[in-house]
Amino acid sequence: MPSICFYFQVHQPRRIKKFRVFDIGNDKHYFNDDSESKLNNRKIIEKVANKSYLPANRLLLELLGRHPEFKVSFSLSGIFLEQVEHDFPEVLKSFQDLVATGRVELLSETYYHSLSFLYSRDEFRHQVKKHKEKIKKLFGVTPRIFRNTELIYNNELGQTAEKMGYRGILTEGADHILGWRSPNFLYSPPGAKKIKLLLKNYSLSDDIAFRFSEKTWAEHPLCADKFAHWLSNHNGAGEVINLFMDYETFGEHQWEESGIFDFLRHLPAEVLRHPDNEFLTPSEVVAKYEPKAELDIPHFISWADIERDLSAWLSNDLQRDAIAKIYSLEKEVLSTGDEELIENWRRLQTSDHFYYMCTKFFADGDVHKYFNPYDTPYDAFLSYMNVLNDLRLRVEEINLQINNKNF
Amino acid sequence: MLKVLMFGWEFPPFNSGGLGTACLGLTRSLTRLGTDIIFVLPKNLGAKADFMNIRCADSADYTDLVARGHGLNIKELGVFLYPYLTETEYRERYDWLQFLQKINHVPTGKSLYEEVLRYAVLSRQIAREEKFDIIHAHDWLSFPAGLEAKRISGKKLVAHVHATEIERTGGSVNKNIYNIEKECLRQADQIITVGGRTRDIVADNYGVTKDKIEVVHNGIDHDYFENVDQGRNRLLSLKKTGHRLVLFSGRLTIQKGPDYFIRAAQKALTIDPKIYFLIFGAGDMKNKLMHLAAGLGISDKVLFGDWLRGPDLVYAYQAADLYVMSSVFEPFGIMVLEAMMNRTPVLVSKQAGAVEAVKNILTVDFWDTDEMADKIVFVLSHGQLHKHLAENGREEVKKITWEKAADKCINLYQSLIKNPACSPA
Repeated sequence: MPSICFYFQVHQPRRIKKFRVFDIGNDKHYFNDDSESKLNNRKIIEKVANKSYLPANRLLLELLGRHPEFKVSFSLSGIFLEQVEHDFPEVLKSFQDLVATGRVELLSETYYHSLSFLYSRDEFRHQVKKHKEKIKKLFGVTPRIFRNTELIYNNELGQTAEKMGYRGILTEGADHILGWRSPNFLYSPPGAKKIKLLLKNYSLSDDIAFRFSEKTWAEHPLCADKFAHWLSNHNGAGEVINLFMDYETFGEHQWEESGIFDFLRHLPAEVLRHPDNEFLTPSEVVAKYEPKAELDIPHFISWADIERDLSAWLSNDLQRDAIAKIYSLEKEVLSTGDEELIENWRRLQTSDHFYYMCTKFFADGDVHKYFNPYDTPYDAFLSYMNVLNDLRLRVEEINLQINNKNF
Repeated sequence: MLKVLMFGWEFPPFNSGGLGTACLGLTRSLTRLGTDIIFVLPKNLGAKADFMNIRCADSADYTDLVARGHGLNIKELGVFLYPYLTETEYRERYDWLQFLQKINHVPTGKSLYEEVLRYAVLSRQIAREEKFDIIHAHDWLSFPAGLEAKRISGKKLVAHVHATEIERTGGSVNKNIYNIEKECLRQADQIITVGGRTRDIVADNYGVTKDKIEVVHNGIDHDYFENVDQGRNRLLSLKKTGHRLVLFSGRLTIQKGPDYFIRAAQKALTIDPKIYFLIFGAGDMKNKLMHLAAGLGISDKVLFGDWLRGPDLVYAYQAADLYVMSSVFEPFGIMVLEAMMNRTPVLVSKQAGAVEAVKNILTVDFWDTDEMADKIVFVLSHGQLHKHLAENGREEVKKITWEKAADKCINLYQSLIKNPACSPA
């Protein structure tokens, strides 16, 4: 009897505006593009909210009302939440309404949707804590399951999350990790006592997230009954099917015209038509099932690109140097005690900034291009480095003032 | 009055490099010294000068097309020339040209090489209409036009070499371009080069004798840099916390050696981390240079900006503590003089023609990045030397005028006109 576990990721970065060398030291607003460009964060969220978040939330609320057995989970990045809280309270409200049903679980992540686990454990802990507090404040719940940025994961993260008290952690069911094994069971990190590993069934997840409107795909068009049938076919050969995807799949990546909302509208009933099927949230999954084996993942994996590794963010020297430089400022930035400055430094850690600098132009080039608001990765890199220098100048100025006072 | 028919390819404010600047400086001084100039450009972009008549080759033959009313001003549709365009870049833009051709029936060349010949053909009519005593053409794109004018009028041709194909490409020449240069230089009655090194390259590689070549160094407009409000120089913010600025400005191509600049930057930063290296310019190496800086771990210290013009360029010179020109080939290097005008000390590769014209500069072999790094750090840390170079350089460069260059040109014109000997045609 496969349990179906839905997790939707909701995140919007604060994209950096075009920032010239001449702006360094003269403009401390990095994210306030108000033009018609694709760097206008407010406009982007407004667009995505109208195409995706609002209609999809309306639909989910309706489905939760109609099917008491239906359940889903979300991870909402902190940097997304603060933006809608400020600019689009009706969007925030629609998520709060979902959580209030008691059948929508919220997961834990880094507030800034960052790669901090790779660069600074202190910063990582701080951001996870900050996210937890934000969720508690806005939704009145405390997350028990962790998912790291872009499902980035390795053994060490699993063990760290266990120490932090989490009962479950999500990652990609990557082929090169699983080999002959199935993603449709729980696993555990090496040596872990409590924490359980939920693996994304990427084949079924991507049928919805990537292939749904692909007319050349043999299974197109994908209807809810067909998909439910595929799920039911796992009966006896798996315990839980994890369908993990970006929430923008509904209405943004897959447009309304593709029929994605109709698909979602009919899916719960089609799944529940088979009496052995059920929906579970991640917390319910870890409560119900035991790990089948230890899964050794010494190297980082993620859910991005065909490589399912870190290459979307860290495959070229521009990305690696930029991220090394931002984390090298940690001590100095924190020592200023300047809240606005520290906040800006953290916003510059959001993984998207490095994703935009990616120069892999092969199979994933299309995806990268689709998600890149800059004309080229080099434009992204230049604005980022100029902003980084502006930030560092501000840090140095404050530290000079502090030193002068001490004399 | 001496009347010169002059062929160029760009003119401020529509210039992408030093050639346009040189043409402006030279023609202005020539007219001040009593010469009358008809200046011909391949394409009408709206260049204007109150001291001379500018004609555009594209409006010569096709004025009738304007009346056809395709909703496009034919003056904007002429020869598609851009001085630093490579053949590959030209081909990339060719679709656009084909489109224009279709709607306007304007024959357009298939390659940059053919475009240059088309410019020459279009220039015939101007050569027929105008009265002049001598022809003066700047660099290879306008050499064939100058040669056509010579053929039609029988007047003498001065070929002014600002850079050879050998210098632009670092040796991997485009055969067609090289051949145009070679043939035109052979047929020219007089060759001018902007520096001694370019004179040697022309003599060694283009089969002309040195006695046909005269070196005329570029000058600088002294009034150009005076009126800039320092209070509005936003680049000074970079120095708020004690950083020094080292400036590189130019096309980001092999010829200009920006990669040597970055390698020197990395070495200098190991001694003095409080330096920003500013690279302003565009070119086919730009992306590669960003990877280079990032690979060396100094992408936070090497800042890239667009090609500078107008007040921004002046701000950059004046904010900079040192201007570095690390060119592999630099026939002259007018920006050396510009930097000096702005009291910015200069470190320039020994290969640059400007080295022959001024003394208060530091020089280095472009490939010697250790030495380059040493000298960068040295100038920044020795206030007296910095001041000396800034002040004496400023005084020295005041004497490097376009009048001097213009005067030399006029002497050459006069002796060519006096001397009836036929050139080898």
